[in-house]
Amino acid sequence: MRPDFSVLFLTTLIGAGQGLFLALFTVQLYALFGQLPAPDGHAFYAHGSVLALALLAGGLLASFFHLGRPERAWRAAAMWRTSWLAREVIVLPGLMGAVLLFGAAHLLGWRPALATLPSGLAIDATVALGIAGTVLSFALFLCTAMIYACLPFLREWASPLTVVNYTLLGGASGFTLAAAFSAWAAPDVTRFLAGWAIVLTLLGALSRIASLVRNARQKPRSTLQTALGIKHPRIVQRSAGFLGGSFNTREFFHGRSAEAVRTIKWTFVVLAFAVPLALLAFGAPRASGAVLAAAFVVQYLGLLAERWHFFAQASHPQNLYYQDIA
Amino acid sequence: MTQLALVIDLNVCVGCHACVTSCKEWNTSGSAGALADLMPYGKDPSGAFFNRVQTFEVGEYPNTQTVHFPKSCLHCEDPPCVPVCPTGASYKRREDGIVLVDYDKCIGCKYCSWACPYGAREVDPVRKVMTKCTLCVDRIYDRERPAAERKPACVLACPTSARLFGDIHDPDSQVSQAIREHGGYALMPEWGTHPANHYLPRRRTTSHIHEDELTRTDNPLKVDGLLPRPPKSDPSLDDVMSW
Repeated sequence: MRPDFSVLFLTTLIGAGQGLFLALFTVQLYALFGQLPAPDGHAFYAHGSVLALALLAGGLLASFFHLGRPERAWRAAAMWRTSWLAREVIVLPGLMGAVLLFGAAHLLGWRPALATLPSGLAIDATVALGIAGTVLSFALFLCTAMIYACLPFLREWASPLTVVNYTLLGGASGFTLAAAFSAWAAPDVTRFLAGWAIVLTLLGALSRIASLVRNARQKPRSTLQTALGIKHPRIVQRSAGFLGGSFNTREFFHGRSAEAVRTIKWTFVVLAFAVPLALLAFGAPRASGAVLAAAFVVQYLGLLAERWHFFAQASHPQNLYYQDIA
Repeated sequence: MTQLALVIDLNVCVGCHACVTSCKEWNTSGSAGALADLMPYGKDPSGAFFNRVQTFEVGEYPNTQTVHFPKSCLHCEDPPCVPVCPTGASYKRREDGIVLVDYDKCIGCKYCSWACPYGAREVDPVRKVMTKCTLCVDRIYDRERPAAERKPACVLACPTSARLFGDIHDPDSQVSQAIREHGGYALMPEWGTHPANHYLPRRRTTSHIHEDELTRTDNPLKVDGLLPRPPKSDPSLDDVMSW
């Protein structure tokens, strides 16, 4: 498949935004139960929510560049019963709304108690909004990943690993960003967040490498024989039916050499996992905002390469009809 | 229920592209607007087509067969492109099973083309919406036309009658009979899409010449050749001349 940069930015930006929001709320939950010193609501939660919102909005904006008719984008929510894309279109603005309210409640100090736990802890409105945002974040990871995982004949995508990867990689980049952000906004929780960023990056590396191994062993189920229905081991294409290019020769091919795809694979393994892990491990004990910010930037670039490879690696069965390009 | 479809006889197709050009002609002058044709006489022509004919060579020289392979939307009975559409622009008609795109609802996200294993959908580069074969839905129900012309443009254009059109759910239709009697098959059956369009395989025309066909068994003189010329006095067929 041709990696479209609008989709690369969409999936990586909203992934980081979701991860950042989950990190913010994780800190709030730990602080609620007294496991962490409570950070300043204004500087940490409100500004963090603005950052998460900016990432989500950036992703949403990028998605419009993927559309041929962006002015009709509002129609895309219609078929949520069958289409994961429609579900994503609904959940993403929903999450943005939850993050906006979560940040606003912290900014304005609007924290009316909604319930009281038996231990006497008050559950206030920000916790309820945080829970809603958490559910929506995970729902969005599921929707985004299922857009790809639900296509059975794109064998490289049709796997539960796709959902796991989107969740873990979005979470890893979000927690790395949260760690860097907290170095300025709430230095007390930086080590905690960097620790989780390391755990998520390690888990993400494991599951992404697992999917690389899986895809390397993948055997195509469709062959030129099933595509044409001719049972003969030797079939050679003599003509694609036209001399110029077409949608079919552009949309489904990445147009780079196998060497370039391999290079990008190793690039993302190094940039998305190895380098950020080293920077996180180095920056966490020192709570160094600059090092942690570098970790996020490097990891984000690595995830762009990762997403590029995710698309480039998927080989569409329609390519069988274009043997000269495949 | 009706499921309209094409049946394409690979044994007869000569790869002349008449179906491609007639399809383009009909659908570019239809009510849905012109089908894009970018730089048709330029260096790198491009555009949207609903139907393409490809050519494959099967086997190794000298035992090769050239197979011309027309491919358009297969109007799957379980179309994977329809449920993924976020807007409902892509739909399958209940009454005749044609898979269509509502060009006014399509947002051009291309997701349906990813979901089609056959590569049957093409984005129109000018209108920026997804387009595909409509089975000439604006023609096959046109009461203004004589009944014989209420067929897709490609079917009418085919000089060798390699393309049949009809309802594959009606067991007595020409297409159902062709599928049944000539081993019609579906493309990529492994994905369970149940394409409505079927292909009829190449059939090799062979003849066996037996020994007794080379020698005349009813030859009383055991001589092959001209029979002895009858005398002129023998009666002839027309009573005028003898041979």
